[in-house]
Amino acid sequence: MGIESALGDGYFTTKIDSLTNWARSNAAWPMPMGLACCAIEMMAFAGPKYDAARFGSEVMRFSPRQSDVMIVAGWVNYKMSHAIRRIWDQMPDPKWCIAMGACASTGGMHRCYGVVQGCDNFLPVDAYVSGCPPRPDALLHALMKIQDKIRTEHSVMLDT
Amino acid sequence: MNLELSENLRNVVDQLSEQFSDALIDIYKSTGDTFIRVEPDHIVDICKELKEEYHFIYLADILGTDRFTSDERFEVIYNLVSLRDRERLFLKVWLEEENPTVDSVTEVWESANWHERQVYDMFGVTFNNHPDMRRIYMPEDFDYYPLRKEFPLLGIPGSIELPSSTPDTE
Ligand code: SF4
Repeated sequence: MGIESALGDGYFTTKIDSLTNWARSNAAWPMPMGLACCAIEMMAFAGPKYDAARFGSEVMRFSPRQSDVMIVAGWVNYKMSHAIRRIWDQMPDPKWCIAMGACASTGGMHRCYGVVQGCDNFLPVDAYVSGCPPRPDALLHALMKIQDKIRTEHSVMLDT
Repeated sequence: MNLELSENLRNVVDQLSEQFSDALIDIYKSTGDTFIRVEPDHIVDICKELKEEYHFIYLADILGTDRFTSDERFEVIYNLVSLRDRERLFLKVWLEEENPTVDSVTEVWESANWHERQVYDMFGVTFNNHPDMRRIYMPEDFDYYPLRKEFPLLGIPGSIELPSSTPDTE
């Protein structure tokens, strides 16, 4: 059986893709972008009851330099959108984005001139969470969806 | 006038109507509160008097409204409180649609500063002698006044810039 028989005991082989994806998906550190009421639910998601640490996401970084997942929690107004985009641009690749709650996803009940009607107008969103506010377990679900997405990604390209 | 006012407020109203007989336009009660509409030209004098003589030292708010009429379209409302006497009094002025302007009361209450900027930002009412007449919520270069009645609820597409969404590639 392939290379494993040649290497003997104590080795197993895998694709480099699987290895990096496994590592990335289990250490998705959130960049908490708490803008309104949803941010309180996001805090609960990190707290001991819902315990995002089970998924390797306990390290809320509050700095774009070391985070992988931006959680946009709350409604985004036009003035704030520029700051959010700048932080997003400062996050290193690869990165993912969760639009948490009705407001971040669609503008929600804030159907007015000052609020951006969905943060996907200026950010590439990977997972939308419905609800107002969504429960912390809904946010966990979005995080798991992103983990699934990371696991099926092809991150290493063949040089042809 | 047959308004059921507290003794204290009755005194205030009586004294004011004596002192500013041609500036007081209307006095009425609504939902339990007392409203006095005055001539815009006298607003600073009246506010000074109310603060210094009748202890309305707390300016709780300044609001704007758009009455959407062709004459005297804009209204500015001053919400005054006397904490000592537990009284609340609303002053109102009506302003013309074209170039609505009224004197600032920042020299009477400093807190009027931000309130007046808010009315300016939302309704386009300018306040004379205001120390810092800038927008407070909307971007500096925004061309509209969002709480005017003809302004669409969802805003005017493209009037406020969104960040560029092309990824930064070196
Ligand atoms: S979705 Fe609801 S809870 Fe979340 S920010 Fe909007 S209004 Fe607040």
